[in-house]
Amino acid sequence: MNHFTDEQKMMQEMVRKLVKDKVAPRAAEIDETDEFPWDIAKIFGENGLLNLVLPEEYGGVNANNTTLCIVIEEIAKVSPACGLTVFTTQALLNVLVRGGNEEQKKRFYPKFASGDKICAFVLTEPNAGSDAASIQTKAILKDDHYIFNGNKIFISTGEVSDFYLVFAMTRPGERAKGMSAFIVEKGTNGFSFGKKENKMGLRGNPTVELIFEDAPVPKENLLGEEGQGWKILIEYGNLMRTWGAASTSLGIAQGALEYATEYAKERAQFGRPIASFQAIQFMLADMAILTEAARSLIYRASWMIDQETEPFSRIEPMVSMAKCFTTDTAMKVTTDAVQILGGYGYTKEYPVERMMRDAKGVQIFDGTNQIQRVIISRNLIGKLK
Amino acid sequence: MFHLTEEQKMIQDMVRKIAKDKIEPRAAEIDETDEFPMDFVEVYKENNLFRMVLPEEYGGIDASTTTLCVIVEELAKAYASAPQMLITTGAVLQILLKAATEDQKQRFFNRLEQGTQACSFVLTEPNHGSDAGSLQTKAVLDGDHYIINGTKAFITTGEIAELHLVFVRTGGERTKGISVIMVDKNTPGFRVGKKEHKMGFAGTGTVELVFEDARVPKDNLVGGVNQGWSLLLNIANMMRAWGAGCTALGNGQGALDYVVEYAKQRSQFGKPIAGFQAVQFMLADMAIALESARSLIYRTAYVMDTDGESFKNIESLVCMCKAYAADVGMKVTTDAVQIMGGYGYTKEYPMERRMRDAKSVQIYDGTNQIQRVVISRNLLK
Repeated sequence: MNHFTDEQKMMQEMVRKLVKDKVAPRAAEIDETDEFPWDIAKIFGENGLLNLVLPEEYGGVNANNTTLCIVIEEIAKVSPACGLTVFTTQALLNVLVRGGNEEQKKRFYPKFASGDKICAFVLTEPNAGSDAASIQTKAILKDDHYIFNGNKIFISTGEVSDFYLVFAMTRPGERAKGMSAFIVEKGTNGFSFGKKENKMGLRGNPTVELIFEDAPVPKENLLGEEGQGWKILIEYGNLMRTWGAASTSLGIAQGALEYATEYAKERAQFGRPIASFQAIQFMLADMAILTEAARSLIYRASWMIDQETEPFSRIEPMVSMAKCFTTDTAMKVTTDAVQILGGYGYTKEYPVERMMRDAKGVQIFDGTNQIQRVIISRNLIGKLK
Repeated sequence: MFHLTEEQKMIQDMVRKIAKDKIEPRAAEIDETDEFPMDFVEVYKENNLFRMVLPEEYGGIDASTTTLCVIVEELAKAYASAPQMLITTGAVLQILLKAATEDQKQRFFNRLEQGTQACSFVLTEPNHGSDAGSLQTKAVLDGDHYIINGTKAFITTGEIAELHLVFVRTGGERTKGISVIMVDKNTPGFRVGKKEHKMGFAGTGTVELVFEDARVPKDNLVGGVNQGWSLLLNIANMMRAWGAGCTALGNGQGALDYVVEYAKQRSQFGKPIAGFQAVQFMLADMAIALESARSLIYRTAYVMDTDGESFKNIESLVCMCKAYAADVGMKVTTDAVQIMGGYGYTKEYPMERRMRDAKSVQIYDGTNQIQRVVISRNLLK
């Protein structure tokens, strides 16, 4: 029911089988312990899933937007937390591929050739969430280095990552115009990790605080030019919402729908499977309708991005719609899946309560659904007199 | 997958122009009088839209599902009632293309060159709506003719159609005894009955059709005796994606386009109401709902146009298009009336009409509840 190339279909099959064998049996434990699954990161690395967007000579497949959607959905069906490792890593690499200069590609690509490097996307601060242009972390040029000072919070895949795509102010106080983007390596002097969040869901992917105290970052690690950070964020970074947050939620919704459907066929009450009652059938139908509508929206937004001919003004609201609609869909579908499973669904013996907790996270991260609506309505209304 | 060909873009431009020049200015009046818009018939004839699904050899443009979606959406943006006669005609012609003999095609297509060129799709009866398999209108063979007796209800375009594609009972129980037969409007014993007085969807010629010993040549039976149910499921129900689905989508999109402009013009508390986040978020949610419905419909159309997918999967997608787009159309038009407040509730503005029209799409062409029955049945298979 799609327009995938043969290569994409093969990728989908490969990932589907891989996560079924290796990730699904670990999903509950990862949620319970909230420990980063190094074993799974290693398996992802061995199968090329951490380098997807890189060129072939560095172990990638030049993955386009649609390919990333396919991979993230498959992983998120069984464990969105594990999907996040691929998600944040591709987020950095994608910006490097599209926004990095030749020297940077030459310098960084070989570091990823081993296939096992993990990355994080670093924007949010304690006082700058939805209002991202108000970030305060400073990067001030001194000789050959930018000196970083400030705190970042809610950083997914933090601490365990080798590379960090960090947005910081090279001209403090100038909001979007003064923002720049950098690649910062783990081990940089003055760069350390603070509190790890104890979260409702998406457990096993560490969400941590990052601390910069006079941390020197080589000036060659600046992506684009000074002051282009906002542009990089909007034009490259935000597009990841289709294959990132949206496809994560699509996977969660699809996983919950499939689980609830099978359960409803097995579970008998009043002498017959609950799936034979119209009340349950219509809940399942509505879950399927929303999930397929979300899938269609993601594929269409992704198709627009991959065309590379659509104007940004058309793409931007579609991306926000895909993020917002799919995450709201996943919240609804997982909540109803718990309902269909009843008391069992509410226990940790079954996976749907985890899916419901995970779904909530995606409504919040990668731009809250409220910020997506701000973007959508701004595009719809235009400038007011 | 979501690509429109140059030809489709040209058709879209052409239909958009027709909709703006000829359809939209008439909508309020048709809604008021409920008269069948014969001027639309003339415009569609001039632009060869009745025959769009036919191959070129029969004077059509061999319209794909995607092309049909484009046409219906554009017309419905102007007025939801406008594409209905094209939908019923297109659905009938698609069945004839797939199931009629060459002789029948020649005969019926030639017949359609006279008069309105419109066809109606005749399934529903007073006591058989969602449960179509139990229909009772009877056709009994008598020499070279079938004698038809019974009453059909809620037949869109029935008032002015030249040919009616009628589902009749020729055999035994339920779905196994149903056939399809073409009935000319001039058939003795056949007449157009009561016209329904509806909440919305005016000017669609929704009528009762009455068969009292109507004599129809047995050569008008299409697709074999007792084969009607399979024609219904395999061909006709597919129209829900481009018919009802795109009607709801177009009507909703027209509402959103209108209300965005209204919200920019209308001032309260010293600024346009579009400057308030409460209104902005309503507009954003309307846009999200419409774009997700559009994505679902055009993805489904692509799947239908390219083959290679199982019937079960296509059937589910088509039902999802219908139910989802119709529900979205209802929600979007209801919220559009809300944003326009008291003005939206008056007949001076087109919004209350769009809301009344939206309701019908949740009901016709298989209620949204029946779509969910099909979707869940396929899911649980």
